[in-house]
Amino acid sequence: MTVKLWRFEVSSRPGFRDVHGQAVLADIRECGVSSVQEVIFAKVYLIEADFDEAFARRVGQELLCDPVCQEFLIGRSTVPAGPMPACILEVHLKSGVTDPVAESVLSALRDMGVRTVEHVRTARKYILLGALTEKDRDRIIRRVLANDCIEEVVIGSDAEPPSPHTRPYELRLIELPIRNLDEEGLVRLSRERDLFLNLREMQTIQEYYRRIGREPTDIELETLAQTWSEHCVHKTLKSSVEFECDGQVFHFSNLLKETVFKATQELGKPWCISVFSDNAGVIEFDEETAVCFKVETHNHPSALDPYGGAATGIGGVIRDPMGTGLGAKPIANTDVFCFGLPNTPHDRVPKGVLHPRRVLKGVVAGVRDYGNRMGIPTVNGAVYFDNRYIANPLVFCGNVGLIPRDKCFKHPQTGHLIVVVGGRTGRDGIHGATFSSGEMTHQHEEIFSHAVQIGNAITEKKMLDTLLQARDAGLYEAITDCGAGGLSSAVGEMGAELGAEVDLEKVPLKYQGLSYTEIWISEAQERMVIAVKPENLEAILKLFAAEDVEATVIGRFTDDKKLTLRYNGVQVGQLEMNFLHEGICKYSRKAVWRTPCLPEPHFPSKESYTEDLLAILSSYNVASKEWIIRQYDHEVQGGSVIKPLMGAANDGPSDAAVIRPKYYSNRGIAIACGMNPCYGDLDPYQMALSGIDEAVRNLICVGARFDRIALLDNFCWGDCSRPQTFGSLVRAAQACYDGAKAFEAPFISGKDSLNNEFVCEDGTRIIIPPTLLISAVGIVEDIRKCVTMDLKEPGNFLFLVGLTRKELGGSHLSRLYGQTGGTVPTVDLHLAPQIAQRLSEAIADGLVRSCHDCSEGGLAAALAEMAFAGGLGIQADLRGLPVSQDCQTAAEQLFSESNSRYLVEVTPACYHAFAKRMLNLPFGQIGEVVEQPRLQIRDAHQRLVIDADLDALKAAWKTPLSLG
Amino acid sequence: MTTVHAVVLRAAGINCDLETQHALELAGAAVQRIHINRLKENPALLDGFQILVLPGGFSYGDDVAAGKILANQILHHLRDAMRTFLEKGKLILGICNGFQVLIKTGLLPGFNGSGQTSFTLTDNDSGRFEDRWVYLQPGTNRCVFLDPGRRIYLPIAHGEGKLAAKDAAALEQVRQGGYAAFRYVDAAGNPGPFPINPNGSVDDIAALTDSTGRILGLMPHPERFVRWTQHPHWTRLKINEQEPTDGMMIFTNAVRYIREHF
Repeated sequence: MTVKLWRFEVSSRPGFRDVHGQAVLADIRECGVSSVQEVIFAKVYLIEADFDEAFARRVGQELLCDPVCQEFLIGRSTVPAGPMPACILEVHLKSGVTDPVAESVLSALRDMGVRTVEHVRTARKYILLGALTEKDRDRIIRRVLANDCIEEVVIGSDAEPPSPHTRPYELRLIELPIRNLDEEGLVRLSRERDLFLNLREMQTIQEYYRRIGREPTDIELETLAQTWSEHCVHKTLKSSVEFECDGQVFHFSNLLKETVFKATQELGKPWCISVFSDNAGVIEFDEETAVCFKVETHNHPSALDPYGGAATGIGGVIRDPMGTGLGAKPIANTDVFCFGLPNTPHDRVPKGVLHPRRVLKGVVAGVRDYGNRMGIPTVNGAVYFDNRYIANPLVFCGNVGLIPRDKCFKHPQTGHLIVVVGGRTGRDGIHGATFSSGEMTHQHEEIFSHAVQIGNAITEKKMLDTLLQARDAGLYEAITDCGAGGLSSAVGEMGAELGAEVDLEKVPLKYQGLSYTEIWISEAQERMVIAVKPENLEAILKLFAAEDVEATVIGRFTDDKKLTLRYNGVQVGQLEMNFLHEGICKYSRKAVWRTPCLPEPHFPSKESYTEDLLAILSSYNVASKEWIIRQYDHEVQGGSVIKPLMGAANDGPSDAAVIRPKYYSNRGIAIACGMNPCYGDLDPYQMALSGIDEAVRNLICVGARFDRIALLDNFCWGDCSRPQTFGSLVRAAQACYDGAKAFEAPFISGKDSLNNEFVCEDGTRIIIPPTLLISAVGIVEDIRKCVTMDLKEPGNFLFLVGLTRKELGGSHLSRLYGQTGGTVPTVDLHLAPQIAQRLSEAIADGLVRSCHDCSEGGLAAALAEMAFAGGLGIQADLRGLPVSQDCQTAAEQLFSESNSRYLVEVTPACYHAFAKRMLNLPFGQIGEVVEQPRLQIRDAHQRLVIDADLDALKAAWKTPLSLG
Repeated sequence: MTTVHAVVLRAAGINCDLETQHALELAGAAVQRIHINRLKENPALLDGFQILVLPGGFSYGDDVAAGKILANQILHHLRDAMRTFLEKGKLILGICNGFQVLIKTGLLPGFNGSGQTSFTLTDNDSGRFEDRWVYLQPGTNRCVFLDPGRRIYLPIAHGEGKLAAKDAAALEQVRQGGYAAFRYVDAAGNPGPFPINPNGSVDDIAALTDSTGRILGLMPHPERFVRWTQHPHWTRLKINEQEPTDGMMIFTNAVRYIREHF
């Protein structure tokens, strides 16, 4: 029988809701087009196979169409009859883009007995009913229906979809002469090849080739560009720095080593197993097991393609623990986002930038779909809004893994085979590492569409399932992930001490036509590289094949300390490992910080602050993130102890997540974060300390041990070639050292993303605020002792532990009143650790019924959250509040965001024991839990300054981010 | 005492297999996790087990529709082995994605082995994946997995959990024939709109059984509530650790049934 192209369209049966059509209609309305009345959705399958009409009907009935709620037709549907004008749009993947659904259909057709299937493609078809202008149609296409980076829209009912076929590749060795270029020529070469290497780096490379007496090939330059990219080597944070801070001069010969690393080194905690050396930091969990944790950003890709960028962000960070030691099992995800304000008017969004609402929805959907499919609970996160993130949204994704203590290190050796496992290599994600190291402009969308990677969680899940089996069977000696820089980075790093040779034509491809260089630097997802002893090869290949995971030998590790690349036997590149990894020139930079001199904020003295509290609870940063949280599976793997939402109605905001990773042990892992970019404009040093204090507080609140806290840093900054911008980063790095030392909480891993700036069409620059995310992981000795933040019983006492100071700089109250200056919350490095430690002990002794930290919105917001989460009221009295001398007004006491403060609920029976524990710390009884569902706070003069019904408080908090 | 042998089916994208194994082990079963590829090669492997569990996850990425590709594999490779398994009086449990698979193979509600697909599980009315806890009221006395009359509390976590009937006749048959194993209710046992019925399922149905009562498919995840610290407000409860959780009920009943009948 001959092969024929069959076209199927599957749509909702009359009487069943067209969920996708309606969702698209809602999005169209949201982007400001009101003329579309209805959207009809159909899924399109294009199958080139050798079956006949009767069999095609079976394929439609049994495989593609749900017999209950869908119907199908073979061929093309026509425009529905009626007076309404219609526009037909079909969204196809660009040729070469992975189509996982097509792959599943292909294998299902084989299950049905079809022998010859040449090709399967899928598409989405939308029929838009209503009078639509061409301009609105194009806007809908761009903003709602399709992602230009990976998709192509075909307009009209007869238009042909793009051809899926790509041309084969024929080897053509490309040399890029460099030895005789002048400065201008070097810069031009770097720019034209998107290398993002600066003049000094190009000169270093030029010297190397002059020395070895030949010209480089393209693949060699690309390998150097990847390996030397900011993304991979962090040249800024590792540079030497002349730092002038308010007139005082400091010198660092390597900033990172002398701040963040140094604290870890000096602390020398024996429970740190592997820090700053592998793909994730590793600490002890119990005698047999260790925990690893890594947080990455995926900012630039998420700006272009929120869904795909975020999905591959989470997919990529999951591979970090998988590629740590001999491979960890991922057990939890975290996600922290920074976006522009969701209510920004469309005409205020710069050209080339997606609306923050679309970015938010896309990013959440991306994390949701990838994380949920991987079967990894997403347990902790945060979202910050500020319009300086509008063009550079920040997407931090983290992953926690569990690894046996005896599998924490890798041992690649000469003679081991290099095996690539998992997904195939395509043209996706090329130049991701170098692209993410530069700044963005309004033209980025067009130029860097190829830098967007395409994720497929199921490929990664299959790979994970088999890799863990292979690890436990001892079938490989080293593993790392193919992240930024693709095979180039993975093989280059693993073979750095040995040497490696790779035959690039052996790498399995998604489609033909890739050049040797594209194969080498592609950032196609879901690939890992392992080192396998030749005698284990047969066994490991069998294991992968048994579960349909592709694994291919592409080379071997040598002992010549060279990286040798071949294609069909022809050498296409050779680099000395030493030059590749150590050849990059050292930088010295200047940094300056001058503390801004801004007046203290001033707030009107009012009788009641209830309205202010409601306004703060409904501000985007404070408001409930339930709409996001519920879209994540936070309970898969069965380890959840403290979920992100707890309390009487399952909607109170937990301070940290706790999971119990081993079925037969009551030991737990607590995960939290801290971040407050609002403080960074005023004082990046205190901002960073506040982040550390907040992360620690959050862990302590749920019952983590004080003496087993490890931290991670993620610096997201603007262009650090400006001394002022870099100066604020240096201040934050100094705080990391001081904070880690004070809390005895070592940093175990970190990452930075610089140049988060956007050049608008008119040349104006949007620069993100200095943003440092502190993630923290802690150990819980016995999860049955964990505490949540919701109030438990009427009659219990409420204590505040910690000192409230007049610190309203960057606070939510300041935002509310449009005040920009002031003292930001500081951290008392002597007192803060003591409070944390004593409270942790009190919780371990069972003296605490609930505990919540005071952070954004201060004491008033924290009291409100505890009350409505527990469905119980509070009678509070600020006379009991420990305050500094200058903090006397009700507004300051209610809304100051001073650090190191905890609200604690204690039963009358435990009152004395608790008070004894807190002896000599600033603490005071500030209220009582009551049955009546109201929050009532009296100030020092016994005036009722806050009086609100819990339902009103909760509604204010829950409504703003219910995005539908 | 008879050793109860349970098999938890694995496949690409299945991701609740380990906790499901753990729940069955807590209930006293000897459990193996087996990949669908091994069963395709050798369907007779099923003979060694008395309980087959299709766990949650995203088999084959929910491509085409949730559970569809795995259902297609079962129909084309394991139809006879499954029939034999059931004829011997054994038990099949499908959780979440496993329920979707059972529906899409036609095993549920099954209507006396007719195999017709008269129901489906489709996109939630909310249009998105949601993780939340729900109360469930038993709707039948026939199903061996549940305690008649015992209202339970379990988490759901799905995007395609809305049960829909092909027509009124099919729905009537489910109602009259006692095929609805659980219905979504509130804490007091009353039906209600979202979020009480979290996905818009017809007649509030959360779970189906077949005419024998030996197959159960449910959207909620019993394996996620086998210890008290998994309850969403366990810190507010007076916990007696000896008291079995709602999730354990399903697994314990299954194991007990096999012990009594084999």
